[in-house]
Amino acid sequence: MTASVFFGCTFIAFGPAIALFLFTIAREPLRVIFLIAGAFFWLVSLLLASLVWFISVQISNKDSAAQQKGLLVFGVVLSVLLQEAFRFAYYKLLKKANEGLLTLSQEETMPISIRQLAYVSGLGFGFMSGAFSVVNILADSVGPGTIGIHGDSQHYFLSSAFMTMAIILLHMFWGVVFFDGCEKQRWWAVAAVVASHLIVSCLTFQNPEYVGSLVPTYVILFLMGVWAFYAAGGSLRNLKLCLTCKDKDFLLANHRPR
Amino acid sequence: YKDVTSISCVGCNSVEKKIYVNLNYTVPCVRLLNATHQIGCQSHLSGNVGVLHVLESEENLDWVLHSGLTPPYLVILESSLFTRSIMMKLKNGSSRVAGVAVVTPNANPSQGTSPHTSCPNENTGVYTENYDPTMARCNVTVWNPLGTGLSYEEFDFPIFAMKEDNDTQVIRQCYMDHNRAGNGSTPQYPLCAMQLYSHMSAVTDTATCMRRNNINFSLSPEMVCDPLSDFNVWASTRPLNNTAKGHKEGESVVLAAARLDSRSFFFDIAPGAESGVSGFVALLAAAHALRNATQEAPPPRNILYAFFHGETFDYIGSSRMVYDMEKNNFAVDLDNIHSVLEVGQVGLHAESRLWLHSDPVSRKNSSVNEEVKKLILRLQSAASGLNVSVEEPGFSQPLPPSSFQRFLRARPIPGVVIEDHRSAFTNSFYESMYDNAEYLNISYPPDLTPDEQLEYVTDTAKALTEVATVVARTLYIQAGGAESRLGSINADPQMVTRILYGFLVRSNNSWFQQLIPSDLVSHLSESRCFVYYLLDSYGRAPALISPPTLLVQYLLANLTGSTVNVSQDDCWNQRVEEQDKESKHMYSYLWVQGAAPPNSTERVGFCMRSAARLSKALSPAFDLHEYTSKDYSTWTESRWKTIKGRIFLVASHELEMLTLGVGVGVLLTSLMLTYIMSSKADILFSSGREPANATY
Repeated sequence: MTASVFFGCTFIAFGPAIALFLFTIAREPLRVIFLIAGAFFWLVSLLLASLVWFISVQISNKDSAAQQKGLLVFGVVLSVLLQEAFRFAYYKLLKKANEGLLTLSQEETMPISIRQLAYVSGLGFGFMSGAFSVVNILADSVGPGTIGIHGDSQHYFLSSAFMTMAIILLHMFWGVVFFDGCEKQRWWAVAAVVASHLIVSCLTFQNPEYVGSLVPTYVILFLMGVWAFYAAGGSLRNLKLCLTCKDKDFLLANHRPR
Repeated sequence: YKDVTSISCVGCNSVEKKIYVNLNYTVPCVRLLNATHQIGCQSHLSGNVGVLHVLESEENLDWVLHSGLTPPYLVILESSLFTRSIMMKLKNGSSRVAGVAVVTPNANPSQGTSPHTSCPNENTGVYTENYDPTMARCNVTVWNPLGTGLSYEEFDFPIFAMKEDNDTQVIRQCYMDHNRAGNGSTPQYPLCAMQLYSHMSAVTDTATCMRRNNINFSLSPEMVCDPLSDFNVWASTRPLNNTAKGHKEGESVVLAAARLDSRSFFFDIAPGAESGVSGFVALLAAAHALRNATQEAPPPRNILYAFFHGETFDYIGSSRMVYDMEKNNFAVDLDNIHSVLEVGQVGLHAESRLWLHSDPVSRKNSSVNEEVKKLILRLQSAASGLNVSVEEPGFSQPLPPSSFQRFLRARPIPGVVIEDHRSAFTNSFYESMYDNAEYLNISYPPDLTPDEQLEYVTDTAKALTEVATVVARTLYIQAGGAESRLGSINADPQMVTRILYGFLVRSNNSWFQQLIPSDLVSHLSESRCFVYYLLDSYGRAPALISPPTLLVQYLLANLTGSTVNVSQDDCWNQRVEEQDKESKHMYSYLWVQGAAPPNSTERVGFCMRSAARLSKALSPAFDLHEYTSKDYSTWTESRWKTIKGRIFLVASHELEMLTLGVGVGVLLTSLMLTYIMSSKADILFSSGREPANATY
């Protein structure tokens, strides 16, 4: 539409991710490295999935709409499975790297904990996924026109931006839950992550019924957020403490060094 | 995996396709500059965007100019509303007007209208204050009374022409669906809008843009404008030595002139059926009719056929030829010219009458007057026995706009201009896009194949043949030929109808294809061949020759020349055989692809030898670097990068600001939340932590 829509949608889609990056990751070089590595892993999974899809489209019957739609569903499912597979691969890599880093470094403690790695890698996956989802849509939103001349809904840009924000945050929560599940050998948690990823991706087939795809996605986002909060070590008691500003007393009482 | 959109679209950007509908046929009006003015249209560098409004009547303009709530508007006009008064009102309200799109109909309007000025070429003809003040500035006769002068106005918004096709239907449908206010209520967003790109690089006038052309600061200097230039086509019945320029002793030449070009308000549409094509077709047919007579019984004087290009823009071609003759840069010079016979607009002669215009001022000289009277008598005797009558207008009237005026500026040469109007033009679509085959009543019976149409002799062709015969016979006697041969000089109606078909209906026909070399075939487009000026990047050699000019050259060569048995290689090198160095001075050799014999598909080419040549038609002002010249044409055309248009929906400003607001809100909220959470992170995520092992 114009520059204002472009900036508006960019801020909606990447606002939380930029905030998280600025305040929690940007100051620690190790976290930045692992974020970028995570993004790269997501990129490789996308490359493989798109290669398979491209080949299958080329050898398919281009005229049959049903076949093309089936291929698209197949492509989506394959990509979700590949992303989760690469998440697992990244987890394995990080475990090995952490042991290696520990033997190399002089310190006794690990420079970065597995929980932080879960968070950072999830965010890395989220950044790259969000970028690929929304950048070409943002590029077209700069022009003077808006969607609708062929009868499509006008809210395409806005709903794409909100969906992207949800996906980025979801990737972060999935990362936390996934790594936690792998650490504690709780495979049902891993399966739940994969299942919810599949559900969210398949919800987008509801578009252009944006309400039908966005509302369930945000519900799942909220649920995954709560699960990730608990998996990362949070609890209701801590939340109450923070909100009622009794944290300083708690610290003093526990004599935790800062 | 966002929207399951165009599934079949693998390689394209489907988001853009959901927003924009690109227009296929867009014809802009472009900017032209001369010594003092700039005319034409201009758009912003990033295109002009305006909300569509289909204008219903002149009163409806009030919505666009005053009461409409969502300016700027892009006005869609039917061709009947494309008048001077509406365009001037739009021009004055141009802060609320983003552009205009004119829908050109398939049939000509019933009312005549001409976008040209009412007194064409008034400053560069022969009738200046010095020559005769009573005749300057069309004081005696306004030649083009229907002229509105729209082509010479300056607009600061783009004006495009569209055909009545699918794209226009989409535009109208979009307007009906979104922009139509029902019962006085205001239309709601999203509204249908259009964007037109036609940014012109040149500004102010020719001197400015030529100066900017020569700025050489960057590695790839950009030209902003080009002088209008093309080529004149000329031939002589007795070959002239083209290498020895200047005065030729003993040569007395009768100049037969016609003009090739025309224009319209829009770029590259210039059918010019009556304004230009009728004249030069008659002269081509006359040249063909004279071929045998001038070979078998050559008259004492030579006949020089000259087809001038660029005459619409202050006589570019004829002023250049006169300049070349004065500077001894042409095969003959002005002293060699005995008299001039020009064929003007001759396509519409009602009641089969032709009018012979002459210049009263030069006729005050008795010797010139005698010669003109003799020429007129010869014309009348040539027309006797034919179905056409020739007369003088009967009162003292200046010459109509014609190339002969530039010759008169140099010398008082006796001459006559043949027209089909007694005083003001009978052409009611002078230099307009409606001056086409339909206006000349060229119609074919239905169900004819293109080849049959090519051969069918229309009534217009028959009438034009009569004119051509008159011209041919007059030229023969004027050149001193014997009166006894007159009966055998007749123009061929078959030839005339073929040439008319080729230039006004379809140029990609089987006859034209035989006459041209194979590398020119691609230039014959399926649509009509518009005779028009073409630009030449100043100083770049070899200059571009427009396809219509080349067609006229090959036609003239075919009609006045002869086939010679020369190999293709020799033909291209302008020689008869290996050692021949002399033929190229007198003749020009052209290799044409010819026709395929009945039993094969390969065309058999041959070499055409004729005296038909090209001479540059670039205004002398550019050679002399006098870009503010008052004597010569200084017209240039601006350069541009993209010409395109597209339609889409626009959302309201409030919605856009809301989106931006929501975005900024989300960003600020997330920044705040993240800061709070990260500062309290050790409290929030403290349970389940291994003591003394982990760091945060």
